[in-house]
Amino acid sequence: MANPPERSRGLTEPAWLRRALIGAALGLIALVILLPLAAVLIEASAAGWHAYASAILEPDTLAAIRLTLLVALLCVPSNIVFGIAAAWAITKFRFPGKNLLITLIDLPFSVSPVVAGLVFVLLFGTQGWFGDWLRAHDFKLIFATPGIVLATFFVTFPFVARELIPLMQQQGADQEEAAASLGAGGWRIFWRVTFPNVRWALLYGVLLCNARAMGEFGAVSVVSGHIRGLTTTLPLQVEILYNEFNAAGAFAVASLLTLLALLTLGLKLWLERRHGESLARGARSH
Amino acid sequence: MASTFARRWRQAGPLPGFGLTLGVTLTWLSLIVLIPLMALLVKAAGLGAHGWWAIASDARVLAALKLSFGSALIAAMIDALIGTLIAWVLVRYRFPGRTLFDALIDLPFALPTAVAGIALTAIYAGNGWLGHSLESAGIKIAYAPAGIVVALLFVGLPFAVRTLQPVLESLHHEHEEAAASLGADRFTTLYKVVLPQILPAMLTGFSLAFARGVGEYGSVIFIAGNLPYVSEIAPLLIVIRLEEFDYHGATVIATLMLGASFLILFLVNTLQRRLARGQPT
Repeated sequence: MANPPERSRGLTEPAWLRRALIGAALGLIALVILLPLAAVLIEASAAGWHAYASAILEPDTLAAIRLTLLVALLCVPSNIVFGIAAAWAITKFRFPGKNLLITLIDLPFSVSPVVAGLVFVLLFGTQGWFGDWLRAHDFKLIFATPGIVLATFFVTFPFVARELIPLMQQQGADQEEAAASLGAGGWRIFWRVTFPNVRWALLYGVLLCNARAMGEFGAVSVVSGHIRGLTTTLPLQVEILYNEFNAAGAFAVASLLTLLALLTLGLKLWLERRHGESLARGARSH
Repeated sequence: MASTFARRWRQAGPLPGFGLTLGVTLTWLSLIVLIPLMALLVKAAGLGAHGWWAIASDARVLAALKLSFGSALIAAMIDALIGTLIAWVLVRYRFPGRTLFDALIDLPFALPTAVAGIALTAIYAGNGWLGHSLESAGIKIAYAPAGIVVALLFVGLPFAVRTLQPVLESLHHEHEEAAASLGADRFTTLYKVVLPQILPAMLTGFSLAFARGVGEYGSVIFIAGNLPYVSEIAPLLIVIRLEEFDYHGATVIATLMLGASFLILFLVNTLQRRLARGQPT
């Protein structure tokens, strides 16, 4: 792991400057990123194993784990279906307004999570457009699981599509068109030709989508109503415990989400190194 | 009209599934994203210009917006600078642990914002890891506007680094060699040859971090202190208005923020087009 040889003066920085820059960059990464990571893990273990286990095994926390898993279980597959459909339509066909469509798919990334939650309250809350209709049919959407799922769906909307679209654009439609000319049907073309080419990118998108679905706070917080044991996801449970001055409990639950984040990063790194050539160029910039 | 559409349909391509996939895409997009956002705009339009302005010009709303945009601006500028340093070191230098540090850059993308919020508070609060020494030195970070900048710094950093890395990787050494062979010292080469090529990417990273920072909620509310007029960010004020059942108030702040997001999105797209044009070939 030596530095590249100095080809000539003026082509690279002097060794002392290189070392200083490396030191500064690593120091900044440690301060900005490693320190908060260490804080969660150390604060979570500070109260001891027993306190940790009892914070995790508390019924409200277990209910939050179940709800978080349910939300991810509903959001991720829907996003897979949407992402594949959008990528297929956008990359295999020519039609007007394509660039606008791509921009609109990316839109949720530039909307504040709180605004994402608010729009569903405006539609389905008691004062919302469909509020009366929902009440008449005795269907609770806001301050209930369906609202949480919708808000999570909004914020995770672009994840799978934006991994597949650039990759499938690079790959073009030649292989699929060849398969079609040999008489293969749509499903067969997708499963036999397209899917093997995009499966790692799909997994990459699913990974990021899942992390966001399980970790979303702002949007879910607005529509949840924070009913303990009923409409609290794991991130909301962290907030509730923290606001009750139960820091040990809050950090214990937070450490679960941190482990999920580390697992996500580990799998992401593995995908980039092992299957980097099957991901879209620049897939790691989000 | 119908025949034009039908012709375009047939011309779309030889593969099957166009109608089905485009139909699914448009339906889904409309139901989940477009119609809900339209609902917000229609609700805001229903207030009329006068009613809208009355809420928007409220002192507490203005203070919250100023704080959100101001702290996001400062955090994004710092992110753009330290992100450039980090991206440069990760791309240009080889040292042990580089892959690990590189992978860690994405942590703010993967870590739920609430977790980041309580972790940063534990570090920077008066009795916290760093907060203790900082406060005895007279620097207050948590429960003050500085805490908001610290939180936004965390969530925005990956945008700055990840936007810059591919551009630095694709820089051609020939340009730097040419400058050096013409007698430019290293600093002049970096300033005159490298910087102009990476500037659009730096600006894109800055804009992305800024856009994220303006709307950020989870990581901020724990560390900010949330004092009206002082450390209360705009997204929090939306939540407070909703809890007061003041839907109009929440809607107006949300439209202001949405307008700002669209403006930033437009800016980023323009920058990225310039970036794609200006990239070395």
